[in-house]
Amino acid sequence: MPNFSIAQIKAEGLTENEYQMICDRLGREPNKAELGMFGVMWSEHCCYKNSRPLLKQFPTTGDRILVGPGENAGVVKITDDIAVCFKIESHNRPSAVEPYQGATTGVGGILRDIFTMGARPVAILNSLRFGELSDPWVRSRVSGIVSGIAGYGNCTGVPTIGGEVYFDKAYNRNPLVNAMAIGILETKEIVKSGAAGIGNPVLYVGSTTGRDGIKGASFASAELSDKSQSDRPAVQVGDPFLGKLLIEACLEAFKTGAVVAAQDMGAAGLTCSTSEMAAKGGVGVILDLDKVPAREQGMSAYEYLLSESQERMLFVAQKGREAELIEIFHRWGLHAVVAGEIISEQIVRILHKGEIVVDLPASALADNTPLYHRELADTPEYAKQAWAWQDSDLSYSENYQEILLKLLASPAIASKSWIFKQYDHQVQNNTVLLPGSGDAAVIRLRSQDFGVGEANLSAELPLIGLAATVDCNARYVYLDPYEGAKLAVAEAARNLSCVGAEPLAVTDNLNFGSPETATGYWQLHEACRGIAEACRELSTPVTGGNVSLYNETLNPNGGSQAIYPTPVIGMVGIVNDIQKICGQGWQNVGDVIYLIGSDRTSLGATEYLAVIENQVTGRPTPLDYDLERRVQQVCRFGIHQGWIKSAHDCAEGGLSVAISESSISGNLAAQIQLKNLRADSDALITWQNLLFGEGASRIVVSVSESDRPAWEKYLQNELPNNYWELGFVKDSESNLDIVINNRSVISLSLAELAHPYNNAISQWFTKDLPTA
Amino acid sequence: MKFGVIVFPGSNCDRDIVMATNQVLHQPTRMIWHQETDISDIDVVVIPGGFSYGDYLRCGAIARFAPVMQAVKDHAAAGKYVLGICNGFQVLTEAGLLPGALVRNQGLSFICDRLPLKLERKDLVWTNQYQPQQIVTLPIAHGEGCYYADSETLAELEANDQVVWRYCDAKGNITAESNPNGSVNNIAGICNIKGNVLGMMPHPERAVDLNLGSTDGKTLFSSVISSIMAIA
Repeated sequence: MPNFSIAQIKAEGLTENEYQMICDRLGREPNKAELGMFGVMWSEHCCYKNSRPLLKQFPTTGDRILVGPGENAGVVKITDDIAVCFKIESHNRPSAVEPYQGATTGVGGILRDIFTMGARPVAILNSLRFGELSDPWVRSRVSGIVSGIAGYGNCTGVPTIGGEVYFDKAYNRNPLVNAMAIGILETKEIVKSGAAGIGNPVLYVGSTTGRDGIKGASFASAELSDKSQSDRPAVQVGDPFLGKLLIEACLEAFKTGAVVAAQDMGAAGLTCSTSEMAAKGGVGVILDLDKVPAREQGMSAYEYLLSESQERMLFVAQKGREAELIEIFHRWGLHAVVAGEIISEQIVRILHKGEIVVDLPASALADNTPLYHRELADTPEYAKQAWAWQDSDLSYSENYQEILLKLLASPAIASKSWIFKQYDHQVQNNTVLLPGSGDAAVIRLRSQDFGVGEANLSAELPLIGLAATVDCNARYVYLDPYEGAKLAVAEAARNLSCVGAEPLAVTDNLNFGSPETATGYWQLHEACRGIAEACRELSTPVTGGNVSLYNETLNPNGGSQAIYPTPVIGMVGIVNDIQKICGQGWQNVGDVIYLIGSDRTSLGATEYLAVIENQVTGRPTPLDYDLERRVQQVCRFGIHQGWIKSAHDCAEGGLSVAISESSISGNLAAQIQLKNLRADSDALITWQNLLFGEGASRIVVSVSESDRPAWEKYLQNELPNNYWELGFVKDSESNLDIVINNRSVISLSLAELAHPYNNAISQWFTKDLPTA
Repeated sequence: MKFGVIVFPGSNCDRDIVMATNQVLHQPTRMIWHQETDISDIDVVVIPGGFSYGDYLRCGAIARFAPVMQAVKDHAAAGKYVLGICNGFQVLTEAGLLPGALVRNQGLSFICDRLPLKLERKDLVWTNQYQPQQIVTLPIAHGEGCYYADSETLAELEANDQVVWRYCDAKGNITAESNPNGSVNNIAGICNIKGNVLGMMPHPERAVDLNLGSTDGKTLFSSVISSIMAIA
């Protein structure tokens, strides 16, 4: 008679087969607490059992990569003196059920990953996906999630400098919340998580342990249903004030040199931190739960071990120096206790009320975990149908002006200022490009490694900076996961180049449906193949990331609806001189406007098709790596020379939307003369395609008339057949005029353009509408 | 002359002030732990923005009981200079060094933006390098920046010319539309009657470096530096 029923095993998120694997590894059956530990450690969130074989193909090394995947966050070298730590993580399921706490702890968790490495967090970005704003349930998630992100970042004093937000019914009951954080290393050595030193004390520091967030990692690895709301206890509760204190105390503690290893308690709390630290260090750990500060009475070992209470860390300290560390935490008003010890036997042994309640090989929890190699199915029917779609399937409207205004009012394209104005994006005094003003965020990299006492800062303010972006057009990925994933990587790199930064490295967040369905696995497999290839081609290695599978909503009738496959690409790039960057808005009347890059566009998979024609079909235009690299190089060089005054990637909505956005952002109009860009021998394309078609490797730039000769000479050499002069910048009283073959197709004032663009999102939150 | 920046648990603009006073304006600056009581080396005390003590209970309500605050009160009583920015302004009202209170923004949400402000007092040590009635643009970032005072206090404030900054439109008109948070009389910053204590919601320390877009806030720090230098 087994210790547990099938239902009990399932309740821990494990299969019967996995239960058998546990018994095989242990040579016995687990007890309740042990089973719970396996449940969270063997969840997709912790052990990547479905995605590991696919993640292996990512390039992870490079000249500047100091730490790749496997640690709490990746680290890249910027200069001999500056290293930057960054990572992205999802908090999708908790945010669906309890939006404020779900999002706020998502930010808290990713900040901990950064400062655990010895880095001071200097920026936050986020990538959000919501359903349709007309749905009150969706609106309540938007408000809750945005204020949750604001709540943590604003209070800890880490600026939220950028991000992306999309709205699509594919996310109606399954919003995505991916938070990325960036830090500057303040310690001489990067703090790692592998435990070492037999006999060294294990310190528990930070906040107390309670019953919140129990089994959050397993919850995060299951589908959502109408019963998920009852899983609210699986959602963690954040305290950003304690988070801020923990940042300061941990960085101070690391600088003493007395910390051997550190791991934050995020997913799977004490279970994950003890087993991962032990497994990575090839040692064992004993932990006494009676020493752990608790915020509630009568907690069982199971509850202690599976709690995901926030703002907690586990340290291995040098023996004899624990008092020094404890003093620092007490000064910051935080708990710090010796709760265990490192042992040579490679086991995780947990004591509770004087008894051994857990006795497990560390590797069984953290290394020797299940791995599922799944069969790749043929291209699914939905994709084959989409790929058969042709531009000629459309009956075209010629009301271009109305189409443009509708696209500007599409929440996916419209201004996100209602959202980013709720985030403190300037604290720390390093934000060079404000949200919404450029294709990527830019901050100055300035040491803030000082504290109480006399200040003695260098009189020179550094000019070195960092650009960062998060990107993914999930509709492209849905319609063609391989090509769409490549396009997401390329767009992230292009966005960095548009501000003048050199792309450096990637952190990725793979948000997908169930890998157990043929289509779900095909999407995951193909997208990973695309990411791996594009990261290799564009020399941007992956330093880590996060996998969130089973993003599906179960209907009461048993059906399941997956989200669009959404592999979010977070990318950072170097800005050698923050005075040589540019934003997306026109700068000066009379500047000449060019399109550089590709003339290949399609209406397939576009925002135009989705918003105007209400169709999600077609196939995104394929990426040409060589052209992509060249156009980005040209853009960066033009910015560094001071020729380019504004640069903006042509993304959703195509050329006409990019031009409109540069006009709105710069508060200057433009005169644009379009003709068929393609060579005479090519087939003519429709004007809709010219105006609204989407394609990769396309950047709209403006250049001073006086720099035209030098700029065009350079273009002749570098992009001889891939640039087109489109027109010039006009004053703010003029209309944006777009003319094709001498026929005016668009003539709109800046106010007419800005109105739908600025109000499309905020209108849903400023008037009294019913809420869910 | 020397600046002192108070560090409460939860302060998060403390290092930004030090960047302004020490790195940009090259003045000696000391970061002061909230439990210190001797600040006699300091000429200008700055209480920075952030979320002191998590802003639990009420913004600034716990900070006023910190040991350092008695020294700050004595400093102010001696006629020396105290500047409270954002959370620091909230602390000053809670501590009774400035009248009125800061309550939740009218729109309920946190607001981060850069807004025009009109200078109402150019005769103060804090502002004497600005032009009279100058319109400047400074960053704001707060959830509870709606200035409130009862009608009697408000009348006194106005009668004594204690309003230093008001939110305005780009042309300097004081309008309802240009008021971001519902503050009475568009008040963004006030001083005490003597003018040595200034509290303001906007962040002058975030506008001291042209690489970040504006130096409108630098003038405030250079005003107080030159005033004190002149006295010394």
